[in-house]
Amino acid sequence: MILFIRRIYAMILRHIYLFMVSWPRVLELIYWPFLNMVLWAFMSEFLSQNSNLFLLASGVLIASVIMWDTLFRGQLGVTLSFIEELWSRNLGNIAVSPLKPMELILSLIVASLLRTIIGVGGAALAAYFLFDFQIPSYGIGFILFFVNLLVMGWSFGLAICALLIRFGLSAETFAWAALFFIQPLCGVFYPVSILPEWLQPVSMLIPATYVFEGMRLTFFEGIFQIDLLLKACFINLLYIFIGISLLLYSYSYAKKKGLLLGNAE
Amino acid sequence: MTNLPVDTVVSVENVSKSYGDITAVEDITFSVEKSHTLGLLGSNGAGKTTIIMMLMGILKSSSGKINILNKDIYKYRNQISKEINFASPFVELPHKLTVLQNLTVFGHIYGVKNLSLKIEKLSQDLGIRELLKRRVGRLSAGQKTRVSIAKSLINDPKILFLDEPTASLDPDHADWIRTYLEQYKNKTGATFILASHNMPEVERMCNNVIMMGRGKVIDHGSPKDLINRYNRENLEQVFLQLARNDRV
Repeated sequence: MILFIRRIYAMILRHIYLFMVSWPRVLELIYWPFLNMVLWAFMSEFLSQNSNLFLLASGVLIASVIMWDTLFRGQLGVTLSFIEELWSRNLGNIAVSPLKPMELILSLIVASLLRTIIGVGGAALAAYFLFDFQIPSYGIGFILFFVNLLVMGWSFGLAICALLIRFGLSAETFAWAALFFIQPLCGVFYPVSILPEWLQPVSMLIPATYVFEGMRLTFFEGIFQIDLLLKACFINLLYIFIGISLLLYSYSYAKKKGLLLGNAE
Repeated sequence: MTNLPVDTVVSVENVSKSYGDITAVEDITFSVEKSHTLGLLGSNGAGKTTIIMMLMGILKSSSGKINILNKDIYKYRNQISKEINFASPFVELPHKLTVLQNLTVFGHIYGVKNLSLKIEKLSQDLGIRELLKRRVGRLSAGQKTRVSIAKSLINDPKILFLDEPTASLDPDHADWIRTYLEQYKNKTGATFILASHNMPEVERMCNNVIMMGRGKVIDHGSPKDLINRYNRENLEQVFLQLARNDRV
């Protein structure tokens, strides 16, 4: 096996081992997305019985919540995978090893993908069996919306990891709270036209805004607008570049300040 | 420093490290020969761990030059990192993972060939075979140290950095670890850099010692030389004299 792939594989294996020996972690991955989905599915049922709008697009709230969870779990997957190293005071061993920062980033992204597939995948399956909601039936474009949300989640996750390297576990709160700051801005459950006019340009800087707008168009009007997908992709490229750069910069800063051995303390 | 012995594996030339106005290490120069053990001695905050971190390439020096295995550590860290390793009770392995899982993960990271055989041999040598399926978090301090040593030897390092390897161990376990490391060094020709507060340990294991105080080298030499030079009975007395003089 090529050595750099083997190193990334080792880091992914480390997270797979963690799940193998710690089933509450796996349960926790599935629990919240599942609970969210069920809650909003019942809300959706209620609204569709009382509103023509929701009768037309009964799955929109389920889609919204599953998509939001994709974004959130994507970010959390990166951040928690990194925090595990701080909790276990293992960052020093990793820093000394031949694992390069870019390989660490790739391993965090793959670990996040696995976590999201387990968590959101579980919720999506439950949505299918309990509420007859099928994501693939909305087409490949819809799947690409999910990919965009994942990439945006990774970007935020990497930026938060940069903070964790810089400030240690005192920055842990960002892992749980950061993304909720943008939730009202990106129109998860409502169109951004609802926002005050001065706030709308801010929401246009968030890739998820285009994804949720595109998702609603698919549901309410049955059309897939590729320009929304392309805008999300373009801004996401910028986001992931910034996320990676911040982490690499933070790692280099930690090398100057000697933070790599004692960051958990 | 220009006429280094052929077997020099660590060369440190006029290295300093500052954090703003605070100088952690000031103008340090030394070298270490292959198969030797260098002890870094000093009070808390003397700069021992700072030096080790710079030697491993995970802390940038403010000035000076560090060559490890005849290569600049900052330019060639990726290559050098495969040839070195590190053990410290202050850096731990993931607690939830078993010993075997931890060794497997680090074996892959270091690109170890025949990893299963390597783990089998290390666990046999270090007496941790029966611990392989136990979680690291459930091990005693002595067992954790042996596992940490196993991790640090997984890639057969040419240079091993040890930061207080026997801290928090009882005398019996500490002696076992020292004996094992000495045997390992004799067998493989590895070089050790040891930071420690334990004077008998340094006296026993080290060919050379660097006494540090406030980021500077106060004195250096073999443990025997230092004891004779200061007309003391052991290294602990030398250390106490130097540490107290430095404080004054």
